[in-house]
Amino acid sequence: MAMITYLDAIRLGMKDEMERDENVFVLGEDVGLKGGVFGTTKGLHAQFGEDRVMDTPLAESAISGVAIGAAMYGMRPIAEMQYSDFMLPATNQIISEAAKIRYRSNNDWTCPLVVRAPIGGGVFGGLYHSQCPESIFFGTPGLKIVVPSTPYDAKGLLIAAIRDPDPVLYFEHKKCYRMITGEVPDGDYTVPIGKADVKRDGTDITVITYGLTVHFALQAAEELVKDGISALILDLRTIQPLDRDAILESVKKTGKVLILHEDNKTGGVGAEVSAIIAEELMYDLDAPIMRLCGYDVPAMPISPPLEKFYMLNTEKVQEAMLKLAQY
Amino acid sequence: MAIAQLSKHRQLGLSDEQVIEMYRTMMLARKFDERGLILQRAGKINFHVSGIGQEAAQVGAAFALQKQHDYFLPYYRDYALVLSIGMTVKDLMLAIFAKAEDPNSGGRQMPGHFGYKKYNIVTGSSPVTTQVPHAVGFALAAKLKKQEFVSFVTFGDGSSNQGDFHEGCNFAGVHKLPVIFMCENNQYAISVPYHKQVGCARIADRAAGYGFPGIAVDGNDVLEMYRVVKEARERAIRGEGPTLIEAIVYRVSPHSTSDDDMAYRTKEEVDAHIENDGIPKFRKYLEEIGIWNEEKQATMLQEIAQEIKEATEYGDKAPFPTPESTLRHVYAEEGDV
Repeated sequence: MAMITYLDAIRLGMKDEMERDENVFVLGEDVGLKGGVFGTTKGLHAQFGEDRVMDTPLAESAISGVAIGAAMYGMRPIAEMQYSDFMLPATNQIISEAAKIRYRSNNDWTCPLVVRAPIGGGVFGGLYHSQCPESIFFGTPGLKIVVPSTPYDAKGLLIAAIRDPDPVLYFEHKKCYRMITGEVPDGDYTVPIGKADVKRDGTDITVITYGLTVHFALQAAEELVKDGISALILDLRTIQPLDRDAILESVKKTGKVLILHEDNKTGGVGAEVSAIIAEELMYDLDAPIMRLCGYDVPAMPISPPLEKFYMLNTEKVQEAMLKLAQY
Repeated sequence: MAIAQLSKHRQLGLSDEQVIEMYRTMMLARKFDERGLILQRAGKINFHVSGIGQEAAQVGAAFALQKQHDYFLPYYRDYALVLSIGMTVKDLMLAIFAKAEDPNSGGRQMPGHFGYKKYNIVTGSSPVTTQVPHAVGFALAAKLKKQEFVSFVTFGDGSSNQGDFHEGCNFAGVHKLPVIFMCENNQYAISVPYHKQVGCARIADRAAGYGFPGIAVDGNDVLEMYRVVKEARERAIRGEGPTLIEAIVYRVSPHSTSDDDMAYRTKEEVDAHIENDGIPKFRKYLEEIGIWNEEKQATMLQEIAQEIKEATEYGDKAPFPTPESTLRHVYAEEGDV
């Protein structure tokens, strides 16, 4: 076990899988010599060479589309989108192609592809370096979508995604890259796709979330101990397919639920989680389902007070959790 | 007629048997296509999209490639192409009747959306040109895995405006990948003619922007198509990178059975192009060199008619997929890869 950053965990996940399986390769903008704009592929070019750590032309549809072709051949490509904000030119390739290849060929062809993309704000990235695009892809059958919050999950989910026989979108939060450290085993392990994780057990309220906001919830839960409030924090880890059993079990336990995410509220993952709870647990609830999400504005602005206003943080989350506990 | 011209196919390395097989495949595709149209008009199937007028280009290209070795990424008019590389009329009938046994998609996709892993025919979709980057991905796999195959992708003239065409060509050009891009320029993107689609004189001109050769060919000349695609394949295998081939053809049929082409072109225009049809042209060649005659023609047509009749009956009677099978194969199931 070593204490490493979330970013190093992602790099190690790729490195270990590339050492294990020569079909695994990474392609994207600036992933080669430079090692990626955030450093996620640092050192891989030197170790594996330019064919397996491939700098591509600046064209996202080709990055994903070429990766899809290689995946259909039988390789295990990892296509890196430099920012998820720049991923939309690849949306047709991801939604019309990757997601439907197994289904439309009646199981004849498959597309074992990983698309990695940094999401999220709080880095003064303005409208186009801060977005959380998961709701664009969420609800597209055929895709799996994972969003790790810790280094352990980051490496384990990435390895699981690479080995998965179907296309997986792997969203990594930029703010977690260097801010979040944690223990990660040296060897080979996976975190199963489709399984949520109770990051903290509790009895009074349940918080369901994923990505960066898991950490806000954990910090807020720690603070709320002083108020005698015991919070259960469920980290979804995979947002598609959702772990229905874990969602229902965690809500049943406390009867009060807050759903938290940085992506904007309307049509977000939280809306579906909320619907699942409403469908199954109406009479187990002691309070209305609560959501705390990004505002419904096109994207977060760069000016510091505006970005701070948009972003969730521990205080905002704590306030919402307290309100729910006191309901 | 000069001797050199008489033996053109032999100069290209094609045997008499092969050119007869090419001719038969062109005719088989044509007859299948005509039957598809009739079946739609008779209400037996919901939809048919035609490749009439493009058979010579497709067959010429297909015979220059290696079946079950190279990878093929066809577009929706490529009946003659897929028939050349392993698919049967029965397979196509199962697809147009949307039956469970359809190898393309098990009755899930519209006709003309080919896919058959056994023959390296890569599954395709309806948003046009998405297959171009996929072909580049197969070619990239050839390079990374050091395999001697090429990928071959087709698309229409309208498709050459899509970002995926340009992004795919550029990627392949930068990395000198073994891919052959073939535009079947049939002069129309549904109703919009070439001059309202493309600002340059030829689709082939677009290759210059990506650093590889672009060649315009008479798509009604099956042997010339064969020659050009064969050369492109050789270049690709030698590591010299992609080639863009523009097969100049004419879409004789309306866009699909849902289209009335007389709203945007004249019967005179269509008739004038029918005179350039590659099939009778090739028959004439075969007759001139003495390997084809009226009797052989009659026998072949009878065989094809029988083959199509049996395939139609088979497709018509074959069972539909079970309704609940709608839910399958979204993701890998237990035991799948």
